[in-house]
Amino acid sequence: MRMCLAVPGKVTEIKGKTAIVEIMGVLREASLELLEDVKVGDYVILHAGCAIEKLDEAEALKTIELFKELKDIYHE
Amino acid sequence: MNNYLDPYRDTGLLHLWAERLQKYQGKPLKLMEVCGTHTMAIARYGIRTLLPERIRLVSGPGCPVCVTPSYYINSAVALARRPETIVATFGDLMRIPGDEGSLLEAKSLGADIRVLYSPLDALKIARDNPERQVVLLSVGFETTTPIFALAIDKASQEGLNNFTVLSANKTMPEVLKVLAGDPTVGIDGYLYPGHVSAIIGTRFYEELAEKYGVPGVVAGFEPLDILTAVAALSEICNEGRHTVRNLYTRVVKPEGNPRAVQAMERVFEPADAVWRGIGRISGSGLAIREEYARYDAWKVFDLQIGEYSEPEGCRCGEILKGTKSPGDCPLFGTRCVPENPVGACMVSSEGTCAAHYKYGGIR
Repeated sequence: MRMCLAVPGKVTEIKGKTAIVEIMGVLREASLELLEDVKVGDYVILHAGCAIEKLDEAEALKTIELFKELKDIYHE
Repeated sequence: MNNYLDPYRDTGLLHLWAERLQKYQGKPLKLMEVCGTHTMAIARYGIRTLLPERIRLVSGPGCPVCVTPSYYINSAVALARRPETIVATFGDLMRIPGDEGSLLEAKSLGADIRVLYSPLDALKIARDNPERQVVLLSVGFETTTPIFALAIDKASQEGLNNFTVLSANKTMPEVLKVLAGDPTVGIDGYLYPGHVSAIIGTRFYEELAEKYGVPGVVAGFEPLDILTAVAALSEICNEGRHTVRNLYTRVVKPEGNPRAVQAMERVFEPADAVWRGIGRISGSGLAIREEYARYDAWKVFDLQIGEYSEPEGCRCGEILKGTKSPGDCPLFGTRCVPENPVGACMVSSEGTCAAHYKYGGIR
């Protein structure tokens, strides 16, 4: 296991402070203790057994649009 | 399988961005990434082969395992050899050579060493083995350290008395300052680590841009994330702007993750740290606070921090600063290979030399 690797996954279930996160079809347990207000259906970044940040879906789509735009990448 | 990462790997757009970058006519640039996952992704996706001659992308000290000095491994091996201890660790620490062998060799000689997926799993080992001492090896940057802090805090709340942590955690800001201020390194811009930034936020980078004149772009880990970040950073550098751009907004907020920072600061405090290949940097590491001293393996087992030296002929120091490439080292690929690493950059799969060895793309 590479310690630095952190991957996105979808929260499918929450039991207390622990979530079940689906990563490319694989289910993993993750502690939610470093985040607030995580809900089922949220995407989170999973690292070493912990969800370390939420993934913002609106921003994720915005970035995909940015890839198509030369000027927006160069200037905010 | 169609998945949510596909748009970040779009081949058509990758070609487009590579073409745009090839047309770069600005001043020659040296850009540095400081993240083991970036090192791996850049090598794996062949990002360097898509860049023009004028844009050089180098790997800095972004692999926490690689920059861990050998005396740490010596202490971990010494602890593992004690019959009453169980050493719990991430897998990438297993093969690092110490003066008296690696943890892998110690395990093959009978030491009880358990490889973990999460630091939190060490607590269960401690609960299940009340007659043994469980020592958790704690190495990592800001992405990982809050999870070690969580483990220590939970042990304290539970009152576990057979659990300690051997810490060598490090933080990014001071080493980034040292490298930014070193004229022999000559960095034009930083490609900032996405998941360290998810924790610490981006405000420190603004300070670095203003005070040291080194701009930066926060980047994710997919090929389009990296390529567009390099394009944006090249433009910012070429225009002489001292600014910071966050292109990983889907994960990184300016304020970072305050809850994770609080967890880290509750348990750890700043300390001097030795970076393998670079040396001692004031305030660049973390030590367990006095309130949690009963969980500090350095104190509980009265371990001494040893001398620090580099193997003869090894060029890791210069490679970690980006002043030399792996191919410039006489040991690379000869005496120093992933199965039998000599230097810091070969010891973890995320090290610069290990990534170059596996995927090529040296320039």
